[in-house]
Amino acid sequence: MANLSVEIVTGERVVYQNDQVSMVVAPGAEGSLGILPSHAPLVSLLQEGELRIKSGGSEEALAVHGGFLEVINNKVVVLADTAERISEIDIERAEVARASAEETLRNAKDSVDIAEAEAALRRAAIRLRLARKPRGQSGGRPPG
Amino acid sequence: MASPREIRRRIRSVRNMSQITRAMEMVAASKMRRAQDRVTASRPYSERLREFIADLSSQKMDAEELSRFPLLAERPVKTAGMILITPDRGLTGALNGNLLRRGAQFIRDEADAPVKVIAVGKKGRDFMARTGQDMIADFIGMGDAPLLDDVRPIATIAIDEFLSGGVDAVHMVYPKFVNTLTQQPSVVQILPIERPESQYEDVDYIFEPDPTAVLQEILPRYVEVLLYQGLLETVASFYSAQMVAMRNATDNAKELSSELELSYNKARQAQITNEVAEIAAGANAFRT
Repeated sequence: MANLSVEIVTGERVVYQNDQVSMVVAPGAEGSLGILPSHAPLVSLLQEGELRIKSGGSEEALAVHGGFLEVINNKVVVLADTAERISEIDIERAEVARASAEETLRNAKDSVDIAEAEAALRRAAIRLRLARKPRGQSGGRPPG
Repeated sequence: MASPREIRRRIRSVRNMSQITRAMEMVAASKMRRAQDRVTASRPYSERLREFIADLSSQKMDAEELSRFPLLAERPVKTAGMILITPDRGLTGALNGNLLRRGAQFIRDEADAPVKVIAVGKKGRDFMARTGQDMIADFIGMGDAPLLDDVRPIATIAIDEFLSGGVDAVHMVYPKFVNTLTQQPSVVQILPIERPESQYEDVDYIFEPDPTAVLQEILPRYVEVLLYQGLLETVASFYSAQMVAMRNATDNAKELSSELELSYNKARQAQITNEVAEIAAGANAFRT
């Protein structure tokens, strides 16, 4: 079976690149999207959440926050606002970010400040949730 | 001819200057390398986004569908917008001068309409203020490593101004980074968005949630990316130009100091000859 070639790009760098991928599960705007080779052309907005990539026997997970995904000719391109491998997430930093966002939210009066703090809080919460989620050694789907 | 002591003093000051320019050259060189890396690293995103928009716009759209995306709609230009991106600092040889001249040329000859300016960078802001242009916003202190988030306010102002009819087109003027020795002041149309050519023909996409929502999300993002690219190239151009300018200054200082060295030696020689002649003359006077 053909493989998917996957590219995950943010404004600042290419986060992930692999052309031997068998499946991608992405947080689409209308729910989780599973993409296998020979998928029909698709364009979707992304939510914040976990993006899983199965390649060979292993699986990799990335935290993405917003952006778009395009599937065409077995090519999957993800243009994310931010994306990082879950193994790269700095839990302490995310904790600090969450605390400071909560703090801002308590004191903020300006609607722009509130919106920004809410977004930061959401990002930190997702990072923490994904980083703490238990994962199988073989990279398979964690139980639960 | 100046006295040896004065020449000595000048040599010392020229040498001090060359040490400073040499240090600046080295700082600029290392920052330039990092800035160039950032330009390269950000290219995939803008290229993918470009292809993305190309693929999407390969879909046949009639006038009515198109009218839902005002960012794509061309209209006669009664007021033009210009986003001028310049460095915050100088000491860059001809870079800033050429850039400002290009901006002025756009206003004078090319816009063909009154121009509203958004200045990014101190040099451009000061120039526009000095020449009394209609400046609607200015952004300074963007730093060496701006994030995509940092250009959002610039894009938002440009888009709002375009949608509200304040301007009918927006161009970006910036120093395109060609290579270390060449930076080309360039003009790029930002709004309305020019639709790039697609490599695919009329692809039947599945849209989630729907085409309008997707395009409405993507198009402003494309504006941001174009500006971001321009900003990163400006930083790379700035450090390249500064490095070259400082290298030239160092070379000139070396040349000057070796010339001064020569005239110092001559002056010293002349002084000694003079003294010997005086002593000889004095001795002769006693003998006779």
